[in-house]
Amino acid sequence: MAGIPHDHYEPKSNAARWLYKRLPIVGLLYDTLMIPTPKNLNWMWIWGIVLTFCLVLQIVTGIVLAMHYTPHIDMAFASVEHIMRDVNGGHMLRYLHANGASLFFFAVYLHIFRGLYYGSYKAPREVTWIIGMIIYFLMIVTAFMGYVLPWGQMSFWGATVITGIIGAIPGIGEPIQTWLLGGPAVDNATLNRFFSLHYLLPFVIAALVAVHIWAFHTSGNNNPTGVEVRRGSKEEAERDTIPFWPYYVIKDLFALALILTVFFAVVGFMPNYLGHPDNYIEANALATPAHIVPEWYLLPFYAILRAFTSDVWIVIAANKLSFGIIDAKFFGVLAMFGAIAVLALTPWLDTSSVRSGRYRPMFKWWFALLCIDFVVLMWAGSMAPDALMGWMPAISLIATAYWFAYFLIILPLLGVIEKPLTQPATIEEDFNAHYGPNSHPAE
Amino acid sequence: MFRTIALIAASALVLGSPVLAETAHQEIEDVSFAHEGPFGTFDQFQLQRGLQVYTEVCAACHGLKFVPIRSLSDAGGPGLPEDQVRAYAKAFTVYDEESNRAVLWDSVKSEMRPLKDSDNFPINNTMGAPDLSLMAKARAGFHGPYGTGISQLFNGMGGPEYIVSILNGYADNPECAPEGMDGLYYNTAFGPGGYPDSCKIFEETKTVVTQDDGTTVEKIEKKEVGRIVPGSWIRMSPPLSDGQVEYADGHDTSAHHMSEDVASFLMWAAEPQMMARKWSGFVGVGLLGLLTTLLYLTNKRLWAGIKGKKTA
Repeated sequence: MAGIPHDHYEPKSNAARWLYKRLPIVGLLYDTLMIPTPKNLNWMWIWGIVLTFCLVLQIVTGIVLAMHYTPHIDMAFASVEHIMRDVNGGHMLRYLHANGASLFFFAVYLHIFRGLYYGSYKAPREVTWIIGMIIYFLMIVTAFMGYVLPWGQMSFWGATVITGIIGAIPGIGEPIQTWLLGGPAVDNATLNRFFSLHYLLPFVIAALVAVHIWAFHTSGNNNPTGVEVRRGSKEEAERDTIPFWPYYVIKDLFALALILTVFFAVVGFMPNYLGHPDNYIEANALATPAHIVPEWYLLPFYAILRAFTSDVWIVIAANKLSFGIIDAKFFGVLAMFGAIAVLALTPWLDTSSVRSGRYRPMFKWWFALLCIDFVVLMWAGSMAPDALMGWMPAISLIATAYWFAYFLIILPLLGVIEKPLTQPATIEEDFNAHYGPNSHPAE
Repeated sequence: MFRTIALIAASALVLGSPVLAETAHQEIEDVSFAHEGPFGTFDQFQLQRGLQVYTEVCAACHGLKFVPIRSLSDAGGPGLPEDQVRAYAKAFTVYDEESNRAVLWDSVKSEMRPLKDSDNFPINNTMGAPDLSLMAKARAGFHGPYGTGISQLFNGMGGPEYIVSILNGYADNPECAPEGMDGLYYNTAFGPGGYPDSCKIFEETKTVVTQDDGTTVEKIEKKEVGRIVPGSWIRMSPPLSDGQVEYADGHDTSAHHMSEDVASFLMWAAEPQMMARKWSGFVGVGLLGLLTTLLYLTNKRLWAGIKGKKTA
């Protein structure tokens, strides 16, 4: 296997040799855990562990919740109340699971933006990036379906609105929507299949996480300088790296423990803060809530979905050019999926030869603006369209425009016009610049 | 740089919270409850008084269908002795659940039986009154400002405050509204109710439309831009009046005080495990805090040999 040269597992005892010949599983674990890792990783490299933990937390709490939950429209809401009131520790399980989804997305957004800043998507890590994007997309789908399960008002109406956007696809949309819902409207068949898929998809995600890790263990980790580990010989590589165990395992666990301390405070003292009061009202197909909003982590894309109203020139142009096939609603759907698609295509949109944003003076500012843009989109997604004296649609549209401009115009152009700063020659040089060369007792 | 990202992410968390755009203006009073904050616990006697108000006033129209009667004796709740709970249950006479099934010859329907402590509080939606089991969590008293969720971060969601405000929010019919709004009552805290056009502020926009035959027609569009008075009109008649309930412990029976008691009781009904949850929070934060400290020290020592002294 290609990768950074390092020591491999040597079975020592007879028993170990016996097993190694038949199944080299200990060797696989050893190589995974002892993988040479750039020694200059900063605190933004801890989110992978946090995300792995979140996946395990969600699966474990989810499996126990499923033992007490009833996926039927007449009983789902009551079964959740049964969990909250009668099941031993049920209220904690449910609050951990619901807030666990928030922690999961909080971490994934930091993980993604880390990648965007340090150019982790660039060659040779495009496959890692693409798999990551598939995982992120599946997370969105899974979280959306999970939110439907308590069968509250927001569950029901969120499901109605979001599956409705599939119906906006011209011609084939409505049959697909009916097929997804299992009927003409959100009903028992919908709840059942959402439950089934909400249980299935996390295991698909788990498999993809394994592939994600396999991919970057093949290419090696990126690092804050974006400079590759030297691979000429084992000795050379050892000057740029340290083994994952124990150095990064302990560092990551420390960060995880700190984050979980805050997480437990949220679960224990304000578990409904990130939720929506309307979801404590049982679903009612006859009463539409005044204001239907998704959970916070889906708000940026919800804002993009709603940004394109029929009076926007690009929508009018698309409508004319497509002879009326593309209307505002369908345009919004295309934009929403497009917003994730451009993110996935970043490896091929960024033309710069320099990987890390640290050495890209112009890129830094555009990237900072993208971070702000993401927060603005999130906020815009939560607001009613007529809020702020009717300025919301304009704000959403500008923020959406920047999102697309960043990926489709700014990233390709910057690579051509920007003059990057000098990068350190090696990771060792960068590390020593921070901590001093005399700090290496081995040398 | 990553500090910037972390900061933005933290603000994202605040922004993303349940945020609702300011709909109609509602006047919500901030009440200080014993159960608020990480250290807050329910006032057992207040819950008992609230139960009394619920039973003597609210239960005439509202139900509490998700709350088991037996939980009245649970720790962290009203904590009634079990024999009192049994006696409390017996006071209700209910139709049996089975009667809800569609059977041609219904032998059960006409039979009534006393409630048992293993039952939940009875379902009751007289005149369309909503069930109150989750009311204290299903409404938010605090919003904003500007969709940021900061108010709820510091004040809590404001469910019980909303209940207190509704119960005390009845006011005289404002001048702008016509007399006798179809048996509705004006309430300054109620948001989604009926609202007469005469109390709304409209903005008129005139547009001149040219028709196919060349003539022009003026079109006037009316758009609601504001409201003169807060709140809206609610179907529930003012339920509480001073001295309506007689407390055994001699507590003040002003309508406001009773509304606080019943709001506290409804918070417990909506979140009966709140005390257990906060305890779990303390145990979790404490143990994880300890683990964090130990890992911090381990990490520092582990890396000391690699890093040496920081030079930049």
